[in-house]
Amino acid sequence: MRVSFNVNGEDVTADDVWPGESLLYVLRERLGLPGSKNACEQGECGSCTVYFDGVTACSCMIAAGQAQGRSVRTVEGLAEGEGAERELGTVQEAFVEAGAVQCGFCTPGLLVQTDDLLERTVGAGLPAPADAEIREALAGNLCRCTGYEKIIDAVHLAAGRRAGAGSGA
Amino acid sequence: MEFLSPSTLEEALEAKSAHPDAVPIMGGTDVMVELNFDKRRPPALIDLARIPELAEYGPDGDRTRLGAGVSYTEVVEHLSGTAPALAKASRSVASPQIRNRGTVGGNLGGASPAGDAHPSLLATDATVELASVRGRRRVPVREFFLSLRKTARRDDELITAVLLPEPSGPQQFAKIGTRNAMVIAVTSFALALDGERRAVGTGLGSAGPTPLRAEAAEEFLAQEFDWENGRSPSEATVRRFGELVAAAARPIDDQRGSAEYRRHALAVMARRALSWSVTDYRKGVTRCA
Repeated sequence: MRVSFNVNGEDVTADDVWPGESLLYVLRERLGLPGSKNACEQGECGSCTVYFDGVTACSCMIAAGQAQGRSVRTVEGLAEGEGAERELGTVQEAFVEAGAVQCGFCTPGLLVQTDDLLERTVGAGLPAPADAEIREALAGNLCRCTGYEKIIDAVHLAAGRRAGAGSGA
Repeated sequence: MEFLSPSTLEEALEAKSAHPDAVPIMGGTDVMVELNFDKRRPPALIDLARIPELAEYGPDGDRTRLGAGVSYTEVVEHLSGTAPALAKASRSVASPQIRNRGTVGGNLGGASPAGDAHPSLLATDATVELASVRGRRRVPVREFFLSLRKTARRDDELITAVLLPEPSGPQQFAKIGTRNAMVIAVTSFALALDGERRAVGTGLGSAGPTPLRAEAAEEFLAQEFDWENGRSPSEATVRRFGELVAAAARPIDDQRGSAEYRRHALAVMARRALSWSVTDYRKGVTRCA
């Protein structure tokens, strides 16, 4: 089957898609977007987290055909700016600075899920999330290097910067 | 494998009638695991995610009608007042990403004995709405689960909604697992006190081949509880309630826990849920007085 949808602002089409394959497979193997990682294929690890019509989801649990006409934003879509000006987004930069990346395999999913948490909190004019809220938001993202402390540091760092940007500081 | 993408319920029911072996998919949190791991190769998938009616919820007479495609996230955000036990259970489901996609309708369709929604639906006497080209019918959740993963749903039917009675007393849900998130219940328990009918509802998860009720425990507590003033039941009553809940379980030993542990945990959760509920009930009595 043919599946057409929007990824990171661009309309894309994948052909010869097997109806039972996942959106994750389509992204990685058919559209050349390997940022979303394939680890567990059962929704346990969160490494394949993407925005699906604005809501975060494990792309391994979305059937390819369900993406028809929908809007998807992957980790590749978190960078800011255009063309030569393109640079890491606030959340990505914070993960680098805080040392929240070890092997890096879980990072793409954590970045998308963190971006969503910040959108729903500081992005919506609410206070920056406390530790408990961060842990809850990231509960479905496993880091096998167990680097959670640095990851939480990175979320705090990104939340502070995004809140600052929002208030024009 | 075919991929059917109906945009109305009528089209979906016609598709299910023409392909009774087709597997409906909504959030995909169960179905895609089976496909990804080659455990299942259905002749067709029917994507129900484009049918507006299934994504809606709202009042239906004196009940709340919850479309089969409403996500757990929406249940948590919007139905904690109208369906407290279900909302508590929904909050315990997996992770935010899974709650954004998983649905109560899908939970009922899979009919896993560990399904997080089931105990609260049993305890609160909810009703499943099933539809086919032959029409719609309603089945109490208490009559829905027949045997391991077998339900009253016929091959040509789709689950369209769940009808949730208006709460008339406290509702609680408790679940045992190795951590808060991403847990398939080792065992779980829901309790509903219905002050109006002076009735008690229970639901037990991961405690037998289907989600179960503890009817003897319900009758016992309905007799013993001080519905007038909400006085705390005696220690002996609380203990007996826990024992009767545990006695209703038909658990197995598996990788998540032993049968013995499950019975023990059920008695503990039942006692705790009762004490939380009595505290809430008394607040309600005081408010009304």
